[in-house]
Amino acid sequence: MRLRTYKSQGLILRQYTLGEADRILSILTPNMGKVRVVAKSVRRPQSKLRGHLDLTNVVEFSASYGRNLDIITEAQARDDHPEIRSDLSLLSQAVYVCELADSFAEERSPSRDLYLLATVTLDLLPGSEDVWLVSRWFEARLLDVAGFRPELEACVECGAELEPGDHTLDLAAGGMLCPECRALGVGGKVRVSESAMRVLRHIQRSRRFRDVGAPSIGERIRKEVEGISARYIRSILERSLKSEEFVRRVAESEPLRYATD
Amino acid sequence: MNNPAEHSSDPIARLIEEFNKLPGIGPKTAQRLAYYLIRMPGENAHGLADAIVAVKERVAMCSRCFNLTDADPCGICSDPQRDETTVCVVEEALDVLALERTHSYRGLYHVLHGAVSPMNGVGPDDLKIQPLLYRMNDEPITEIILATNPNLEGDATAMYIHRLLSPLGIEITRPARGLPVGGDLEYADESTLGRAIEGRQTF
Repeated sequence: MRLRTYKSQGLILRQYTLGEADRILSILTPNMGKVRVVAKSVRRPQSKLRGHLDLTNVVEFSASYGRNLDIITEAQARDDHPEIRSDLSLLSQAVYVCELADSFAEERSPSRDLYLLATVTLDLLPGSEDVWLVSRWFEARLLDVAGFRPELEACVECGAELEPGDHTLDLAAGGMLCPECRALGVGGKVRVSESAMRVLRHIQRSRRFRDVGAPSIGERIRKEVEGISARYIRSILERSLKSEEFVRRVAESEPLRYATD
Repeated sequence: MNNPAEHSSDPIARLIEEFNKLPGIGPKTAQRLAYYLIRMPGENAHGLADAIVAVKERVAMCSRCFNLTDADPCGICSDPQRDETTVCVVEEALDVLALERTHSYRGLYHVLHGAVSPMNGVGPDDLKIQPLLYRMNDEPITEIILATNPNLEGDATAMYIHRLLSPLGIEITRPARGLPVGGDLEYADESTLGRAIEGRQTF
């Protein structure tokens, strides 16, 4: 007989209000992928669950199977990331990480790697000297885990090794083009400077965040790398991420916090 | 699925349909409310209809604090007894009612009409943050209380406003967090309990 309830650990990626006092939560779990659950009366002050179920929290929860959406019966926050909640730029990056993970996660499909990646990234954010680098590393690893790793080492069309110099990323083909193939393609393309390419390759090769180290990257290259990643991700998702604008606004309103050239 | 309203006469079906559009009211409740209204004395039903029309025609936003009001400026902004040097920033007009019920606050308000919600595409420009900055210039404000909801989106909104206002050198505060009256300690989350302990007071 199928059990009527289940237990899991999960990361709260997204929430929507439902009715007068309920919320629908999108939770990323290691074994069931993304699950959408209803947290009943969670917006009422008397709710015993409300402090535990907030965005970016890692929670242990129980839920009962419902006809459409499951219903949360118990929840206990394991990590509510207090450092992220008290720093606006960390918070903006954490929200971006959650929206990206939510966009790539499949419902009811095991996603241990994605879960570990998202939770590790949220743990990395507070201690990092360079929050921008954490987010770019997360994007690169996420594309890897989701099967969209862009080909940066060789031409994605003919396989020829790429010569040093400026290159072109073919968004639809998912990789760089050599000068010959560039002339043939018709899809969306992004120019990638040699310096940006070096940064992208370095981040892509860094399996663990500590492998990235603390490279000195100038503001112009940061903007370029961020733009290339954003356009590539947009072409996969076929939409923009809503939190991108907020991240930009927050970054504009604060002094630089990392070393530049 | 059969719609019960289909078998009713037109005005009743319309009323059920209208009730059904309200938050928290499903088709069954809509039906019950409609039939209750039919049995209601005429003057009560007219009173309800008039109140609905009046609320739509006469209620607008206060041009100073953006609270909902039938007079501009609103009753709170035009009350000479209120302390003009303190402004409490809240997400919704309903929060003003909640704070007024405490009888503990005698300053003015500023209603943002929402909170920053990056994932839902609600940014600072969609809220009444800019008018708050204008108020900082025009009014003798010395303290801002950031009473947005104590959740991630409310915190994000408060931190964003704090960042904009901190160069002005005024006092910026946030309501204390702790255990709710009548609550159970064992169900409190770590963050609330932690803050409650940090902010403990001499008994």
